[in-house]
Amino acid sequence: MRWWQIRKRDADVERELQSDLDLEEEEQRERGVSPEEAHHAALRAFGNPTLISEQTRAVWSWNGLENILRDLRISVRTLFRSPGFSLIAIIVMALCIGATTSLFTVVRSVLLRPLPFRDPDRLVMIYEHFRDPSMNAQEFNYNHVAPADYYDWRAQTHGFEDMAAFRWWQFSLTGERGELPEMVSARGGSWNLFPMLGVQAAIGRTFTESEDSPDGNTVMLTWSLFERRFGGNPWVVGRQIHLDGKPYTVVGVLPKWFTYPDAKIQIWISYASGLPPDILRHHDFHFSSVIARLRPDVKLANALSQVEAVQYRLHLQNLNAPVAEDVAPKTIIEDLAQNVKRPLVILLSAVGCMLLIGCLNVANLLVARSAARQKEIGVRNALGARRMTLIREQLMESLLVSIAGGVTGVLLSLAATNWLVSTWTDLPNVQSIGADGIVLAFACSLVFASAMLSGLLPAISSTSKGAIAALQASSRNVAGSQSRTALRKTLLTVEIAATVVLLIAAGLLLKSFWRLRTTDVGCATDNVLTMSYSLPTKKYDTPQKVNAFNETLLEQVRTTPGVRAAGLGSMVPGAGAGEDDAFTILEHPPIAPGTALPDALYRTADPGYFSALQIPLLRGRFFTGADRAGSPKTVIINRLLAQQYFLDENPLGKHLHVVPYGNADHEIVGVVADTLYQVGQSPKATMYFPVLNGDSNPGGLTLAVLTSSEPLAFSVPIQKQIAELDPELPVSDVLTIRQIIERSLGNASLTARLVLGFAALSLMLASVGLYGVLSYLTTQRTGEIGVRMAMGARREQVVHLVLGDGLRPALYGLTLGLAASIGAVRLIESMLYGTQPLDPAIFAAVAATLLAVAVLACLVPAWRASQIDPMQALRTE
Amino acid sequence: MSSMGKQTPQRANLLQGTLDMLILRTLLYGPAHGHQIGKHIQRTTNDFLQMQHGSLYPALHRLEQRGWVTAKWEVAPDRNREFKYYRLTDKGRKQLVVEESQWKRMAEAVARVMWPAAEEMR
Repeated sequence: MRWWQIRKRDADVERELQSDLDLEEEEQRERGVSPEEAHHAALRAFGNPTLISEQTRAVWSWNGLENILRDLRISVRTLFRSPGFSLIAIIVMALCIGATTSLFTVVRSVLLRPLPFRDPDRLVMIYEHFRDPSMNAQEFNYNHVAPADYYDWRAQTHGFEDMAAFRWWQFSLTGERGELPEMVSARGGSWNLFPMLGVQAAIGRTFTESEDSPDGNTVMLTWSLFERRFGGNPWVVGRQIHLDGKPYTVVGVLPKWFTYPDAKIQIWISYASGLPPDILRHHDFHFSSVIARLRPDVKLANALSQVEAVQYRLHLQNLNAPVAEDVAPKTIIEDLAQNVKRPLVILLSAVGCMLLIGCLNVANLLVARSAARQKEIGVRNALGARRMTLIREQLMESLLVSIAGGVTGVLLSLAATNWLVSTWTDLPNVQSIGADGIVLAFACSLVFASAMLSGLLPAISSTSKGAIAALQASSRNVAGSQSRTALRKTLLTVEIAATVVLLIAAGLLLKSFWRLRTTDVGCATDNVLTMSYSLPTKKYDTPQKVNAFNETLLEQVRTTPGVRAAGLGSMVPGAGAGEDDAFTILEHPPIAPGTALPDALYRTADPGYFSALQIPLLRGRFFTGADRAGSPKTVIINRLLAQQYFLDENPLGKHLHVVPYGNADHEIVGVVADTLYQVGQSPKATMYFPVLNGDSNPGGLTLAVLTSSEPLAFSVPIQKQIAELDPELPVSDVLTIRQIIERSLGNASLTARLVLGFAALSLMLASVGLYGVLSYLTTQRTGEIGVRMAMGARREQVVHLVLGDGLRPALYGLTLGLAASIGAVRLIESMLYGTQPLDPAIFAAVAATLLAVAVLACLVPAWRASQIDPMQALRTE
Repeated sequence: MSSMGKQTPQRANLLQGTLDMLILRTLLYGPAHGHQIGKHIQRTTNDFLQMQHGSLYPALHRLEQRGWVTAKWEVAPDRNREFKYYRLTDKGRKQLVVEESQWKRMAEAVARVMWPAAEEMR
């Protein structure tokens, strides 16, 4: 039956009943009964025509729709009758559903949706994997791949259709006619990378096999650079741009959606181009990411075992180099999202928790309201409304609240998602983050789940009582509302427990964040300005030219008024791990083949680096101007390296043999204190080589300037000095050390702040719930309290009575919440720094906060109860 | 209130099944309108089964919905005005056979429990 036939069917039933009723009446008359009597007799024989027609109509299924429309009408009317309640409930729902939808949008785009490549299910990242568990602790369980390993894997295994590699790079970009220089982030991708991913150039073409060689000089632009720097003008394809002073021909532009592996990348060159040919033959230069496409007829494990076999053979052939024994696979999504996965899961759990609290709160409000409507429900029950009808009607109300909240929430979430994406700098795949069908479906199911959760309990409880009981119940009859009060207290207990869990998580994350911020990185953090530059190898082709530039610059900076010291090095503390290299100690016995070589972070430093950064010297000396190209090679090590590898000996005068840079022995001339390469990580063994020693050092240099006043004020004068020395040299990352540290903590700070926000909102909801329940309860007990006071109870006793009533669920909730937290903190344990998951101070602070808020919420109703005038209370019955 | 609510549907179910069969059987004689069907069942059972109109019309519409009968407004020969006449369909005929045999088996089963001696004597 279609809805447009409803009216016709209605009329048909009426007509049928009427005609048969008329017939009955006629028959009665024919039997000789008077007309009036016949009418009544017919009705008697027939029954109630309205009821019959209703029952007959119920046979047809459209009755359901009709009922829903009626429920809808009634619910809308009820909601409009108490706009205050409706508004609060809708706001609560909007906030909770909005936050949850936002987080889900991000989670879906970052963790769940496959990247838009051809057959993404068959793509896998392959890393080298060391068996030594102590290496795994240093995150070498997914080690980057050496170029020679990649070439051997690709040539010698057959389980993959193809394998491609890409590596990190950075260029200073200048135009043909000396336009403004800038540092651009780049990747070098093997020629088969784009075809394998199924990515076609938006303009022009991708790389060819012959271009993927050390003297390759072609480049592809990403869409963002193409639009930003070249005005989206296709003429740029086929032209030349200058990277580090070398001309490259633009062969193509990547499509706008292609932001893999991150959106900051401006330029792609081919994998091998610009690399010294001997690096391509190395098995221990780990700087590539490898993506492979599995053949459809091969199992991943089989394909991987082939790669593993090749890798193990390479390991045996290079026993004294850091060549891993195994390989380890990773999905592309895992690879991109490794830093954000846990925070996302935690945030999603936190908003889920908040949503639960919001639903419980709305449920609580509904219970309170249904208590006020007890009589109405009783009357309707007595008039023959079925229980299902009443429940359905109440559910319709909570559904309407949820839908209104959900629609507002989804709109809010659009804004919130944008904010989140722009604030959370670590998120990969940012371009694709946005609401889609799945997100909408998720939001819809959220709305229905919330409606059920918040509506079903109150609906069932409020209709469970018989009609008579409901009509008899008066405010004096406290027993009548006992079960409902118990329900509200239970809801409240759960609500408070969930709040406690959130508060504790927020407390722990905040404390950990505070610990991170106040960590001593081991160097001066105040009044230190840093900036980076990278001298193009074409223009600065001899160590003498490089040294001349660096020394002139340092001299000029040091004589600038207000500068206390200046130093130059490859990196400053807190800026990341950077490069690390394996070394051997000349004076020690050779390392047994098969054991991993010692490994340390690689840094360069000029003579003034350590004093400018105030890194103390423990033994020996700093570098001097004599530690330069052509003189004996020297190295300075940090305390940790000395401790790990020179147990009882004096490291000074010993020699480190380092393969990559000059394959030479470096004499240890000094030991300096440890610094943190990244806040939140424990320090690593570090070797510092003289900046001036002339060994080829691709990559940038960082100038660190210790100033006597606000460091950022020096950024423009110093940049001008650099521009005077070389107008084509771009300067990047002009930051104070403090800013570098803050930036590396962005993730932790955002997570902590968001969880705190959710927790604060939940605390507010819980206290409002507590206040509501207690106010309601006090009103219910007005009569009883009046009797008590008439019998001589004092006002303090009444306050105690009511306070006890309100604080009991708070205490139960607190206990339950503390117990649940012990389990829940496992989720965030790995994100905590310098903070125990069961930190007693946090647990105590949360308990105290919650109790204080609970007492505050209870105090108003309790005070109101104590002000009851007994005579008044007894008379109002 | 609630205890009544629980029993009502059971009784209605039992009645429903039987009523459907009785209606179908009545329509075997030819098309009839609701009043006639009710009257016929009542008369045939010597007024033992009092026809509840509240069950009759829903039952008729249910049968129509299932396609066991069709309905059409036609002029009654003796009254000169239109009534809604129900007619048995082929599907309805088959259904009648099914329900009849089910009823028979049920009655026999009940009889065997209630009057075991009579069964043995036969």
